[in-house]
This record gives sequence, C-alpha cells and structure tokens, in this order.
Amino acid sequence: MDISLVIGLVVDYFSKNPMAPYLIVSTIMFFAGVYGFITRHNLLAMLMSLELILNAVNINFVVFNRFLYPGQMEGMFFSIFAIGVAAAETAVGIAIIINVFRSGKKIETSEVNTMKY
Amino acid sequence: MNIETILLMRTEFLLIFLLVALIVLDLFASNNLKKYFDSIACFLFLATTLVGFLPLNEGEAFGGMFVADRMNAVVKSILNVGVLLVFLQSKTWLNNAYTNHKKSEVYILIISTLLGMDLMISSGHFLLFYIGLELASLPLAALIAYNKYSKESVEAGAKFILMAAFSSGILLYGLSMFYGAVGEAGLYFDALSGLVKPTSIQLLAMVFFIAGMAFKISLVPFHLWTADVYQGAPTNITAFLSVVSKGAAVYALMIVLYKVFNNIFDSWEFVVYGLIVVTITVGNLFAMRQQNMKRFLAFSSISQAGYIMLGLLPGTALGMSSVVFYLLVYLVSNLGIFAVVSILENHSKKESITDYNGLYQTNPKLSVIMMLFLFSLAGIPPFAGFFSKFFVFMAAAEMKYYALVFIALINTVISLYYYLIVVKAMFITKNETPITTVKTDTSSKLGLFICVIGTLFLGILSYFYETINQFSVGLF
Repeated sequence: MDISLVIGLVVDYFSKNPMAPYLIVSTIMFFAGVYGFITRHNLLAMLMSLELILNAVNINFVVFNRFLYPGQMEGMFFSIFAIGVAAAETAVGIAIIINVFRSGKKIETSEVNTMKY
Repeated sequence: MNIETILLMRTEFLLIFLLVALIVLDLFASNNLKKYFDSIACFLFLATTLVGFLPLNEGEAFGGMFVADRMNAVVKSILNVGVLLVFLQSKTWLNNAYTNHKKSEVYILIISTLLGMDLMISSGHFLLFYIGLELASLPLAALIAYNKYSKESVEAGAKFILMAAFSSGILLYGLSMFYGAVGEAGLYFDALSGLVKPTSIQLLAMVFFIAGMAFKISLVPFHLWTADVYQGAPTNITAFLSVVSKGAAVYALMIVLYKVFNNIFDSWEFVVYGLIVVTITVGNLFAMRQQNMKRFLAFSSISQAGYIMLGLLPGTALGMSSVVFYLLVYLVSNLGIFAVVSILENHSKKESITDYNGLYQTNPKLSVIMMLFLFSLAGIPPFAGFFSKFFVFMAAAEMKYYALVFIALINTVISLYYYLIVVKAMFITKNETPITTVKTDTSSKLGLFICVIGTLFLGILSYFYETINQFSVGLF
C-alpha cells in the first residue's frame, strides 16, 4: 500500500475525530501502566507504573472536558484533585518502600514475599 | 456555610475538631498529661459517637456534593462504635515499650481514616466519593506498616499501598470513561441516574468501577492482598481493616449502585451475582487450610463479605436494611474475636491455631467468649449472626435468587466446619503447654463486654433491626 495513502487516511481520521489522538495516547499509557505494574520486579518501578495509570486518567478527564463539555469545569477539577491525591499516594508509597529498603537493603519484590498462600 | 450545613455535617466537623485537638495535645502537652492520652482520646471519641446518635435533619450541603440522610447517620454511628471498640482493645498493645512513644499516631490516623469513610458514604458527587475513598485508604497504609522493625508489617504495608493505589487507578479510569459518556450535567449522583444507559462504554466504566471497589472490599478475584496484609498488620489494625473499612466500602458501593447505576440493574446484577458465588465459595475453601489465626480470620472475612454483598444484590429496601444490620452484627462478632486474639497475642506472642490448643484449661472465660463470637459468625441460632444471615437470605429469596441462596446455605455449613476447628482446638484438643492464664486489662474487658452484649441481644431485640429498616430505601 502506498505510504502517502495511509498518512492521508490517518490525517483524515484525526481531523474528523479531534479527541482521538489524545485518547489513543491515554489508553496506551493506561495499559502500559497496568502491564508495568504486573511485570516489574522493582517496587519503585511499580510506583512509576501507577503514576502512568493515574496520568492516563487525568488526560482522559481533561480531554473529555475540553472537547465534549466546554461549558463546564468538572473534568479539570477532577484531574487537579487526582493529581493532588496521586502525590499523597506516592509520598506514602515511597515512605513504605524506604522501610522495605531498611529491612533488607533491596527494593525488589523478592524482598516482600515472606507471607504467601 | 451556615449553621444548617454544620449541623448536617456534624460527625465530620467533630472528627476534624478531634483530629486537630489530638495533634495539638500530642505536640504541646506535658509528659505527665500524655500518660492519659488514650483515655482522653477515648472519651472525646465517645462524645463524638454519642452526638452521632442524636436525631438528624435530612438535607444536602455544598450544592448536593454532601448528602445527609438517616441511613447515612445510622451507618456512621455503626462505624463510630466500631472505631471505639478498636480504641478500647488496642490500649494494651499501644502501651508496650516499642510503640509507647508514638501511640498518638494510631489515634490520629484512625480518626482521619474514619473521616474519609464518612465523607465517602455520604457523598453525592464522584469527586467527594473519590477523595473520601483515598482519605480512607492512605492513612491505613501507614497504620499497617506501623511496626517499623517488623519485616512482616512493612511487607504488608507495601502490598497494601500498591494494591490500594492500583485499584483506585482502575476505579478512576472507569470514572473518566463514565464522565466522557454522561458527564454533561457534572458527576452528581442525582443528575447521572437518569442518563445512564447500557451502552458499551458505560458498561465498561461500570465494570472498572466495580472492580476498583471490589479490591477495597476484597471480593474474590481481587482478594489476593487480603490474607498477607491481615497477617502482617498489627492485630488491632487488622480488626479495624476487616470490619470498619470493609463495612464503609460495602455501603459506599451500595449507594453508588443504587443511586447511579439503577437504570442498568440488569447488567450489574449479573456481575455482582458472579462475584458473590466465587467470593463465598473460595473464601470458605481457603479458610479451611489456614494455620495462622489472622490469615484464617482474613479468609473468613472474605466469605463474610460475600454474604454482605448477597443482601446488596436484590436492590430492595429489605436488602439495604439487611446489609446494614449484617454490618452491625458482623462488627460486634468480628471485633470480639480480634479482641481475644490480640489479648492472647500481647500476652504470649502466639497467633497460630495450634497455639490455641487447650486454651480452656487456662483461660476458661476467654475461650467461652471466643466460642460465642465464632458461633455468631457461623450463624448458629440464639446469637445475632443467625438473624443477620437470615435477613440477608430472606432479602435474596424475596427476589427469587433461589440458586444463590442455596449456594450460600451450603457455604454456611462449610463455614461451620472451620469455625468449629478453632472451638475444638480450644476445648477438646489436649495440650501439655497451653497459653498461660491472661490477666485482661480493664479497657479490653469493657470492649469485650460490649461485643458480648451486642452478639447476644442484637438479634433477639427487634429494636435495632426495626430502626435500621425504617430508614432504608430500595431501587424500585
């Protein structure tokens, strides 16, 4: 297939659906976060994956607000609060991860597997 | 903000006041006064609890963000009583040498968690709901990792904070899709309820939302963190986690399902039905093979959560009152068991089921009380647990969920087996070296006394059920 034809189709699709590029980015971010959370062995990397998930949510809220309901600010407010809460979450998470580091000098998930089944 | 608003939000304002007062007391009080920190905190909290029992006007505050109705007030009072019981039973644990210097943190963090739960269950907007949910789960992570030098406590804290953040991320993603689909009038529960339709994006949002909440309630496909966290956390915090935190999350989920997703009842009915079946069954089957008392109670609480959800499923007024009544009965029974477990753990550092062998020889009173609570959880007739299970089954059977009630009944019999394992260990199994005789302190005795009274009389006296029943509303 001709490459310029593909580009033309993509540009055509995006100009018809102005929300689409943002939503594609946010969906990829969300599932990258879920994938990272499940596969990483480092607790800090898991925390970073959580941030990806929360930021995907923020993008969603802002984009829906901007393109679908330009008359109101609910989505913007929601994302501001979500950012604040995510910061608190990370702070508590890092405090606990520091404790894990203190007890074992590592922050791998293998440090936290004594209790099972 | 006027006086009506303050009266509507009286529990929340009192909790904020209490929070600030305790922080100030902790910072500036002399060491002499700090000795009485537990008593001061308990008395102030008792006052808050008593204020919660006063009659309340119904109404809305902050433009519908905050909804105060009678049922919310009842649930808040139940949660308050639960927290009071946790305070009473954690006094011994907090006054040992390792935690004495930082015991005020436990009171402050538990009260802030409770504040989050109160905001969550009386929210009328998804923003307040989300903030309440986070306020209810973040201080809990700090509480679970409270024993800084115990590796298990730290591990439990790490597992809890990662799981809590992950589940609220999933919940939020669902909410964002929901906002995209029906957000034109904002995310108020009242405005949303008429707009919800079973389109694919809204169904996806609903499933994400229920999955996020199921993490918090620890329903079965999402329960894997529960046993580890319950085992690693300090015993009194486990009691708080298994009763108060779970109860608030169940009630909040019920409010959202009834108020927002009422149009797509057919869709979430299917989801919740499946969750209940696997939750009750898997919780019971895994409880049978546990050796550690706290892990055992974790799986028992998972299966109890399934029974609570069974009352939620029919969507009737009877179902709602049976859920709240179940929460009340489950609170007194389970907190009683945890009180006994924590008394024995503080005394002997033993927490496996085989350590309870021959407990009756040395601690006859504690064993009999423990047996009473276990019978109540299993649902044996004279105790309150029977009546709560009966109402839940009645609510489900009324809406023709006969197959589900049958599965739940079979599981009740299975659960009787593993509760009786503990009773057998205490009364029948011979042991050369049972746990030595424990001298229970006054505040734990008081807590146990309240739990015993509740377990004996909540079912027999119809006043409690009728009070709850007159406030409940259903879907239809």
